[in-house]
Amino acid sequence: MKKTLILSTALISLGFAAHADVTVMSWGGAYGAAQTEAHVKPWSAKTGNAAVMVDSDNPAPAIKAMVEAGNVTVDVASVEYADAIRLCDEGILEPIDASKLPAGADGTPATDDFLPGAITECGVSTDIWSNVFAYDTTKFPEGPKTAADFFDLEKFPGKRGLRKGAKAVLEFALIADGVPVSEVYSVLSTPEGVDRAFAKLDTIKSQVVWWEAGAQPPQLLADGEVAMTTAYNGRIFNAVIEEGKPFQIVWDGQIYENEMYVVPKGAPNKDLAMDFIAYATSTEGLRAQAQNISYGPARKSAMKEELIFKDGKTVMAPHLPTAPENMTNALETSSEFWVDHDAELNERFQAWLSQ
Amino acid sequence: MAEAIPEQLTTADGRPLKAALQAAQARAKRRALLLVLPLLLFVLLTFLVPIAYMLKRSFEHDGFASAAPALVEWFRANPGFDPANPPEEAYAALVKDLARMQTEKTTGMAGTRINYSVPGTISLFKKGAREAATLTPPYKEALIAVDADWAKPALWRGMESASHVYTTEFYKVASDMKLTDDGWSRAPERDRIYLYLFGKTFLISAIITVLCLLLAFPVAHLLATLPMAKSSLLMILVLLPFWTSLLVRTTSWIVLLQEQGVVNSLLVGSGLIDTDGRLQMMYNMTGTIVAMTHVLLPFMILPLYSVMRVIPPSYARAARSLGATSWTTFRRIYLPQTLPGIAAGSLLVFILAVGYYITPALVGGADGQLISNLISFHMSKSNWSLAAAIAAMLLASILLLYWLYDRLIGIDRLKFG
Repeated sequence: MKKTLILSTALISLGFAAHADVTVMSWGGAYGAAQTEAHVKPWSAKTGNAAVMVDSDNPAPAIKAMVEAGNVTVDVASVEYADAIRLCDEGILEPIDASKLPAGADGTPATDDFLPGAITECGVSTDIWSNVFAYDTTKFPEGPKTAADFFDLEKFPGKRGLRKGAKAVLEFALIADGVPVSEVYSVLSTPEGVDRAFAKLDTIKSQVVWWEAGAQPPQLLADGEVAMTTAYNGRIFNAVIEEGKPFQIVWDGQIYENEMYVVPKGAPNKDLAMDFIAYATSTEGLRAQAQNISYGPARKSAMKEELIFKDGKTVMAPHLPTAPENMTNALETSSEFWVDHDAELNERFQAWLSQ
Repeated sequence: MAEAIPEQLTTADGRPLKAALQAAQARAKRRALLLVLPLLLFVLLTFLVPIAYMLKRSFEHDGFASAAPALVEWFRANPGFDPANPPEEAYAALVKDLARMQTEKTTGMAGTRINYSVPGTISLFKKGAREAATLTPPYKEALIAVDADWAKPALWRGMESASHVYTTEFYKVASDMKLTDDGWSRAPERDRIYLYLFGKTFLISAIITVLCLLLAFPVAHLLATLPMAKSSLLMILVLLPFWTSLLVRTTSWIVLLQEQGVVNSLLVGSGLIDTDGRLQMMYNMTGTIVAMTHVLLPFMILPLYSVMRVIPPSYARAARSLGATSWTTFRRIYLPQTLPGIAAGSLLVFILAVGYYITPALVGGADGQLISNLISFHMSKSNWSLAAAIAAMLLASILLLYWLYDRLIGIDRLKFG
């Protein structure tokens, strides 16, 4: 089993790693494309080193398999915050020296320039993305406004799309059930809180279409398969702005977190990888990414000047999870909670699903 | 007078004939072995080694044992300790190991291992390891002051269990057992999933096998009896989907059967159902069964066809001429002769269905998931040992079925074509 993983990763890497100085592994889709445009290509052009982007459904298990097999072919990977912490604890990642990160464009030292928590022992944040929900405006002219509306099948009849997994779904259910965002994780730490979240999900279970890949929710909405769905906010943004879809994001009850660049232990070009990360997470690199997809840059200095989408007219600020008007009822994912409870709650979730 | 028989037959150059023959045969054998060697190596490398590795992995995990040598030693010396109240020496060994984990950066590895059976321990270990160097005796009170969870009997049972590199723990978890303060016991009803999914997987696979047989039998019969020109055309219709990518076939079922799909739109358009009553045929068990039956159908048709093609039509004609009705002819003459094909096709379809992954993952929704989807889930969550244990149980149950099958029907009666 592990062997197949190793074999397949080895095969994939044979195809790509042939003449790249730095290989970056990210999530593909609109997100991977944004990082290619904002980080991979400019860094390559600037330093003269070859860099390539490879896609993965989730880079974290992939790099773990590589490190354990002793055959690392990726230099930089983009992983979720909790994974960056967990893999770092497990000794899968190289520590990153925060003092080597460049100061902000306005001269603020990196450690002050980054938002709190954006630099960890083994990872540097590239952006803040969010789990939101969105609906089709042609179906509901007077659309849902709050997380509770998502669970209101009488007022807003129709199917619901939800991510198939415990993370962000259980929190969302609790927020919709009236738990204040500041108490979500303390409630979820108790067995009664978990029962409460599942009880809330039970109320819409028969109407849920479960999605797994980030590209699915916009598609489900476009096909009319669901009336509303949770989604990564950037994917909905791209569907609206680039493809002109009539979707509307509801920011109430959004659950946001940092996305991190990390370097797997034993990366073939560790020093270049560090240089790549320093460039990609500089003010310039973060701004470039935020001009390609609506995820908030992790540096304060990157927000100083107005960000404009690559179409040259859309102002990004109101579309970012970090915009003040979007933050009125928002929850930051607790990496500590999920590092501990990921396995337990996902198993319970799977059991609940199949019942 | 008879010619004297020489003591030993020899070749022209005087070597004993027997030895020369043996040498020649050995050479031929070696050459034959050389020819099959690539295949042997291939099977060994891509099939036997990974399976052996998987089986080993399902029993083995040294994440905790290698990170906590002092505690492992203490557990060995005190096999009968009371998990509800471990003595000071146990805590002293634990604190020593925690300090060691902090310097060697193995906290996460050890915590993850314990977390498999005792949820919530990764951060407990991290917190403990950070403080370990500053703690002073008595360690028991000191560590419990850091976090009261260090006194939990389940945690001590978990650590004792994880101190063995080889363990059956993953098989226990895969049989819906849970580690509690009083030891292993059945998980509460809402957490049980594995045995239920095993049962469901076998049930769905059996349904698919029966459906495939019902659909394939007439098609195979038609293929075997039609004139050549027509049967070739029909054969192409059978083989064309067989050659088409699995993903394409599965997604075309999504297009057909989803709520806004072709079938529902036709039904609504023809007025048979109204638009609120659209049928749910996708993202549930129905979707899984329909799509998998279609995908696996050729595996039933082809063995059936190869058997039916060689059944002489004269037997059936003889039965009819002796006065048998068409039903009796079918039941007593034709059907028994197709049994090897039915057996082969059913076995093939059933075994393939039990391990199917992509199709249920795409069209299964919540209640159309099979056990293989759970294996993939644990792989993606990096709990390879549990994934390996479930896979090993699946393998064992298939081997068991195969053995039963051999006893009941006989493997030598199989005919794959």
